[in-house]
Amino acid sequence: MDVLYFAWVRERIGLPKERVETQAATVADLVEELRAREARYAAAFADLSALRVAVDQKLTGFDAPLDGAREVAFFPPMTGG
Amino acid sequence: MRIVVQQAPFDLGAEANAFAAGRRDMGAVVTFTGIVRDLASADLDAMEIEHYPGMTEAALTEIATEARDRWSLGDVLVIHRFGRLCPGDLIMMVATAAPHRRDAFEAAEFLMDYLKSRAPFWKKEHSGGASGWVAAKDEDEDALTRW
Repeated sequence: MDVLYFAWVRERIGLPKERVETQAATVADLVEELRAREARYAAAFADLSALRVAVDQKLTGFDAPLDGAREVAFFPPMTGG
Repeated sequence: MRIVVQQAPFDLGAEANAFAAGRRDMGAVVTFTGIVRDLASADLDAMEIEHYPGMTEAALTEIATEARDRWSLGDVLVIHRFGRLCPGDLIMMVATAAPHRRDAFEAAEFLMDYLKSRAPFWKKEHSGGASGWVAAKDEDEDALTRW
């Protein structure tokens, strides 16, 4: 699936988008896999309360299932308007 | 209903006039405009707005559709810019048309409250060589509970 990062999450990880091969069942499982990769991922995902997640462009929670998901995005709380 | 996400500036007067034109059954049009402001530091050079192409349009459409379901509206317009903006630049506008003003006012406030914390935009401020992401405010999240 495609994993996208926005705002300071993108800056901390150092890229806007990457292809991830994963068997993760939920967003939380995917986060655990990413955290284990490198320090920059661990830093970006250190505090999940500071992050929001969208699966296939719909805002959801970290317990959301990833079955059939094509795109997961991580970002800080939004500041539009 | 019209949802526009663009980098280019927009003409507030032209948009408002076009939106209000020819609506014989609508007694009220409300517009809100967001402007890049420099309150905190007084030396803001620029504000950069990042967004999530695809999800942004979908989220704005969902919010506007919800507004149409809740209030008696003739039409809804949302324009939101992204990219690098300067203090005084227009960031975004919403417009609502309704037979009665209360619907138009309330729907415009609802759109703004939801757009602030449910549409995937992020602001970064640049001032004097330093830059930082604007943090979401608790009060913006709290504002949603009244709807």
